[in-house]
Amino acid sequence: MASTSSDYNYGVVRLFTIATVLWGVVGFLVGVVIALQLAFPVLNLDLSYTSFGRLRPLHTSAVIFAFGGNALFATSYFIVQRTCRARLWGGPLPMFTFIGYQIFIVAAAVSYVTGVTQSKEYAEPEWFVDAWLTIVWVAYLLVFLGTLWRRKEPHIYVANWFFLAFIVTVAILHILNNLAWPVSFLGAKSYVMFSGVQDAMLQWWYGHNAVGFFLTAGFLGIMYYFVPKRAGRPVYSYRLSIVHFWSLIFLYIWAGPHHLHYTALPDWAQTLGMTFSIMLWMPSWGGMINGLMTLRGSWDKLRTDPVLRMLVVSVGFYGMSTFEGPVMAIKAVNALSHYTDWTIGHVHSGALGWVAFVSFGAMYHLVPVLWQRERLYSLRLVSLHFWIATVGIVLYITAMWVSGIMQGLMWRAYDELGFLQYSFVESVEAMHPYYIIRALGGILFLLGALIMVYNLWRTMRGDIRAGEPVVASDPTTEVTPATAAAPN
Amino acid sequence: MSFHKKLERNSLLMLVCIILVVAIGGIVEIVPLFTIESTIKQVKGVRPYSPLELAGRNIYIREGCYVCHSQMIRAFRDEVERYGPYSLAAESMYDHPFQWGSKRTGPDLARVGGKYSNEWHVEHFLDPRELVPESVMPPYSFMADADLDYEDMAAHLKTNRHVGVPYTDEMVAYAVADVEAQVDPDGDIEGLMARYPKAVVANFDGDSSRITEMDALIAYLQMLGTLVDFTGTSAAQPDGED
Amino acid sequence: MPNERDELTGTETTGHEWDGIQELNTPLPRWWLYILYACILFSVVYWVLYPAWPWINDYSRGVLGWSRHVELNEEIEEAKAYRAQFVSRIEAASVSEIAADRELLQFTLAGGRSAFALNCSQCHGAGAQGGVGYPNLGDDAWIWGGSLEALESTIRYGIRSEHDETRDMAMPAFKSDEVLDDAEINDVAEFILSLSDSAGDASAAERGAAVYVENCSVCHGESGEGMHENGAPRLSDFIWLYGGNKADVVETISFSRGGVMPAWEGRLDEATIKQLAVYVHSLGGGE
Ligand code: HEC
Ligand code: HEC
Ligand code: HEC
Ligand code: HEM
Ligand code: HEM
Ligand SMILES: [Ca+2]
Ligand SMILES: [Ca+2]
Ligand SMILES: [Cu+2]
Repeated sequence: MASTSSDYNYGVVRLFTIATVLWGVVGFLVGVVIALQLAFPVLNLDLSYTSFGRLRPLHTSAVIFAFGGNALFATSYFIVQRTCRARLWGGPLPMFTFIGYQIFIVAAAVSYVTGVTQSKEYAEPEWFVDAWLTIVWVAYLLVFLGTLWRRKEPHIYVANWFFLAFIVTVAILHILNNLAWPVSFLGAKSYVMFSGVQDAMLQWWYGHNAVGFFLTAGFLGIMYYFVPKRAGRPVYSYRLSIVHFWSLIFLYIWAGPHHLHYTALPDWAQTLGMTFSIMLWMPSWGGMINGLMTLRGSWDKLRTDPVLRMLVVSVGFYGMSTFEGPVMAIKAVNALSHYTDWTIGHVHSGALGWVAFVSFGAMYHLVPVLWQRERLYSLRLVSLHFWIATVGIVLYITAMWVSGIMQGLMWRAYDELGFLQYSFVESVEAMHPYYIIRALGGILFLLGALIMVYNLWRTMRGDIRAGEPVVASDPTTEVTPATAAAPN
Repeated sequence: MSFHKKLERNSLLMLVCIILVVAIGGIVEIVPLFTIESTIKQVKGVRPYSPLELAGRNIYIREGCYVCHSQMIRAFRDEVERYGPYSLAAESMYDHPFQWGSKRTGPDLARVGGKYSNEWHVEHFLDPRELVPESVMPPYSFMADADLDYEDMAAHLKTNRHVGVPYTDEMVAYAVADVEAQVDPDGDIEGLMARYPKAVVANFDGDSSRITEMDALIAYLQMLGTLVDFTGTSAAQPDGED
Repeated sequence: MPNERDELTGTETTGHEWDGIQELNTPLPRWWLYILYACILFSVVYWVLYPAWPWINDYSRGVLGWSRHVELNEEIEEAKAYRAQFVSRIEAASVSEIAADRELLQFTLAGGRSAFALNCSQCHGAGAQGGVGYPNLGDDAWIWGGSLEALESTIRYGIRSEHDETRDMAMPAFKSDEVLDDAEINDVAEFILSLSDSAGDASAAERGAAVYVENCSVCHGESGEGMHENGAPRLSDFIWLYGGNKADVVETISFSRGGVMPAWEGRLDEATIKQLAVYVHSLGGGE
C-alpha cells in the first residue's frame, strides 16, 4: 500500500521546488531591471539583447512559466501523490517532464534575448519551442492522469480537479493559439496561422485563460491543499468547491474579449467578454471564501505561523484582483484603464499578491517535508520575508493605480474649449516618479525572495536557527517525523 | 450532487466533462468570427506588405515594439483626435500575427506612416531622447549597422501565402528585387508600385550604399495606416457603415 | 449514514479524508449565491439591450440599436456642434481674417496649441524652440517666410514632402556634385561665417566672397540675407539650422541637407491647419 512517504516520488518534486525558487529570483530580477529601465532608459544600454522590448517578455515568461510553472509542477506532483496515496505514474516520465520543462524555459529565454519571438503575449516562443512544450505537456497530463488512476482513495480531492482542468485546458489553449507555418524547417521564423481580428480573439482567448487556468485554477489547486493542511482545519464547504469549480472553468473561457474592448473586434464579442467577466466574480470568490473560511476556528494561528499568514494573505489578494478584474472588464471602466499602468497594477496584485505569495507559502511548507527536516531553518526570516514583500507589493500596486488612472485621464483630458490638453510625452513625463516607486517596490519584493532562498537553503542543509523556539503550530513538525529515515 | 460523486470517482469522466465545459465558450466566440461576413468590412486600399515592409515588420516583432506601442485606435473621440480615424478590422487582415498591442508606454502607431520624415525616424532610433527629452524609449542604434537579411524574402512571401495572404507568383518572383527597388528612389520602381500601390520609396536610413534593418523598419512604419483613404469620410465613420 | 461532525463548528463533514484533509458540508453562502444570480440577471438584461449573441452569419443587435461606432458618432457630433460656430467661421475666413477677429483668435490659438503639442512638438520641441535640423518657430528668423499665408502653405504642403505642392528647393551638394573643391568650400564657409563676424581666417573669407557671389547669392542673396521663396536660410545671423561651427557649415555646403517637414493636408483638417498657422504666427516671431 502506497501510504508511506517512502513510496512517493519526492525526487522530482525536490527538483521542481529548487527550480521554482531559482527561476523566481531570476524572474523578479528581470522585473526589477525592466522597471528600472522605464524609470531610467539609459539602462537599455543601446544593445539589442538588453533592450526593454526583449527583456519584458523574458520577465513575463520567467515569472509565469519558469517560476509559476515549476511551482505548479512541484505542488501538483506532491499533492496528487499524497491525496491519492499513490506514487507518480510513468516511471521515467516525471523526470522527463522536469528536464523537458527546463529545456523549454532555457530555449524560450535564449530566444527572446536573441530576438526570436512570435510576439503573442505569454506565447512568445517560436514554433519549435512551442512544439517541444507540447510534448512535455502531454507527458505531464499523462503522469497526472496515470497517478489519479492509481489512487487508493475512492474520491479525487478538489485540488486535483483544479490541477486536471489547468493541465488539459492549457494544452488546448497552447496548441490552438500557437498554430503557425515555419518559413523553413531549419529556421526559427514562422507566420502564425490566423490574422488580424481572428488572431486577436484567439490570442486573448488564450491570454485570458492563461490567467484563468495557469495563474488561477492551478494555484487554487495549491491553495486547496496547503491552506487546510497548514491551518489543520477541514475545507470550509464541499458544495462551494463543486459549484465554484465548474462555474469558474465554464465562465473563464468566455471572458477573453475584455482585453479587446472598443477595438475592431465586433461589439457582440465585447459584450460577451464583459458580461461573462462580471458573472465570473462570484465563482472566483468561491475560491477565496473556501480558503479564508477554512481558517474559521483557527485564526490565532496567523499570529504564530508566518507561512500560514502568507497563504492567507495570498487568498486575500486573490479576492482583491478577482474583484478588480470584473470591474476593469466593464466597458466604461476599461475605456479608461486599457493600455495604461492600471492593467499593470492589476496584473501584479494578482501576480505578486496571489501567485507568488501562495507559491512562497507552499515552498516554505514543502521544503522541510521533502528534505525531511524537523522544521524550517527560521520562521522569523519567513516573517521578515512576508513583511518586506508585502510593503513591496503595496508600493508597486498603489504606484501603478495612481499612474495608470492619471495616464488614462491625461490622454482624454480636454481644455475648456474642447481641445486635447496633453501631448503623449507629457503623460510619459508624469509617470516618472511612479516608475521609481514601482521599481523600489520591486526591489523590496526581490529582497524578500532572496531571504527565502537563504532560509530554504539552510533548511535543506538541515540547519535550525539558534534561539528560535519551535512554534507549536508549525504543522510541518507533525507531518515529517515518520519519514525521517525514508530513502526517498 | 450524486452525479458529481461519479465524476469524483472517475478521472476520465472528469477529464471529458472538463473538456466539454471549457470548449463551449471558445467555440461560440471564435467560430463566428470566421463565418459572419460583417466582421471584416472590406475597404479599398488594403494590400499585402511589400517585401521590405514585411522585413521591417519582422524587425518590429523581433525587437518587441508591441510591448510599448499599440496599433489599434479605439473608437473614442480622444483617440480619433489624437491618432486619426479608428482602426478597421480590414486594416490588419494580412497581419500574421496581429500587432494591436495591450499597453501604451509609447503612443499608438497605427497611423504613424507619413507623420514624420525618414530622417526623424533615423535620429529617433539612434537616440530618442535627443529629439524627445522625456522619452523612455530604448535607443536602437545597432539597427543602422545591421545589414538587412533579405535573401529569403521569397520564402517569407510564400509562407504568408500558405496562411492566406494573397501574394501572387509575380510578387514572390520579385521579392528580392522589390526590396532593392524600394530603397532606391532613382531606380525603376514601376513594377514595385504596381504590385504594392502607395509603397513609400526612399533611401530610408540615409545610407544609400547598403540596405540596413533601419531601412526596413522605417519603410514599415511609413506605411502604417496609409493604405486606406480616409479623406472625405468623417473620422468617426471611415467605413461608411453602421 | 450520517457523517462525522466537526467539533469546532458543528458542521457535518463529507466523510472523506485525503492526507489528513477533510471537507465540511457547509451549504453555499446565501449572499454569495444571490450576488451570483444578480450578476447573471444583469448579463441577461445587457444581452437584450446590446449586441450579444452570434450565430452562423449574423448576431443579435440588441434592442437599443447600440454600436460603438454609433456612440462615437454621437460623441463627435456633440463636440462638433459645440465647435461648429467657430469652425465654420475658421473654414470660411482667411488666416489674416482669423487673426483679426479677437473671439475667433482665442479659439484658434487654443486649437493650435493642442494640435501643435500632438503633431509638431516631436520635431520642433515642446516649446517650439527647435533643435538641430528643426527650426525654432518662436524666433523671427524664417526660412520660408513668417507671414500667416506663408506659414499656412508651409504647414499644409510641407517642405520636401510627398505632397505635390510641397515647398521644394534643394541646395546643391557642392562637393559631391563636384562643383567646388575642398579649398573653395573652406573659403566660402569662412566667408559666410564672416557675415556674422564669426570667421577665423580673414584671408580665406576674402577669397570665399567671390565663390559666394558665383554660387550662392542666387539663393541666399547678395549679402546672405536669405530668400523665403527659395527656402534659403539667412546666413548673416547667428541662427543656424544645422549648427554654426565651421565643420557643420562645411558639411552643409559639401553635401547639402534637405530637411523634410511632412505635409499636413489630408492628415489634419482644414480648420486645424489654419489654427496651427495662426498659433505658430503668434509664438512671437510672425511677420
Ligand atoms: C520602453 C518602451 C518603448 C519601446 C520598447 C519602444 N518605444 Fe517607441 N516610443 C516610446 C515612447 C515613450 C515614445 C514617445 C516619446 C518619443 O517620441 O520618443 C515612443 C515613440 C515612438 C515613435 C513616435 C510615435 C509618435 O507618433 O510620436 C515611433 C515611430 C516609435 N516609438 C517606434 C518604435 C519602434 C519601431 C520600436 C521598436 C523597435 C519602439 N518604438 C520601441 C516607448 C517605446
Ligand atoms: C518630421 C519632423 C517635423 C514635423 C512633425 C513638423 N515639422 Fe515643421 N519643419 C521640419 C523641418 C525639418 C523644417 C525645416 C525644413 C527646411 O526648411 O529645411 C520645418 C519647418 C517648419 C516651418 C517653416 C519654418 C521657417 O523658418 O520657414 C514651419 C512654420 C513649421 N515647420 C511648422 C510645423 C508645424 C505647425 C508642424 C505640426 C503640424 C510641424 N512643423 C511639424 C520638420 C517637422
Ligand atoms: C538652389 C538654392 C541654393 C544655393 C545655390 C545655395 N543654397 Fe545654401 N541653402 C539652400 C536651402 C534650401 C537651404 C536650407 C537647408 C537645406 O535644406 O539644405 C540652405 C542652407 C544653407 C546653409 C545652412 C544654414 C543653417 O542655418 O544651418 C548654409 C550654411 C548654406 N546654405 C550655405 C550655402 C553656400 C555657402 C552656398 C554656395 C556655395 C549655398 N548655400 C548655395 C539653398 C541654396
Ligand atoms: C520583483 C517583482 C516584479 C517586478 C519589479 C515586476 C515588474 C514588471 C514590469 C516593469 C513590467 C512591465 C510593465 C510595463 O510594461 O509597463 C511587468 C510586466 C508583467 N509582469 Fe511583472 N514584475 C514583478 C513580478 C512579477 C510576478 C511575480 C509576475 C507573475 C507571477 C509578474 C507578471 C507580469 C506580467 C504578466 C506582466 C505583463 C503585464 C501586461 O502585459 O499587462 N511580474 N512586470
Ligand atoms: C475574475 C477574475 C478576473 C477578471 C475578470 C480579470 C479581468 C481583467 C481585465 C479586464 C484586464 C485588462 C485587459 C485590458 O484592458 O487590456 C485584465 C488584465 C490582466 N489580468 Fe486580470 N482579471 C481577473 C483576474 C486576474 C488574476 C487572478 C490574475 C493573476 C495574476 C490576472 C492577471 C491579468 C493579467 C496578466 C493581465 C494583463 C494581460 C495583458 O494585457 O497582457 N487577472 N484582467
Ligand atoms: Ca508561441
Ligand atoms: Ca500586455
Ligand atoms: Cu483577462
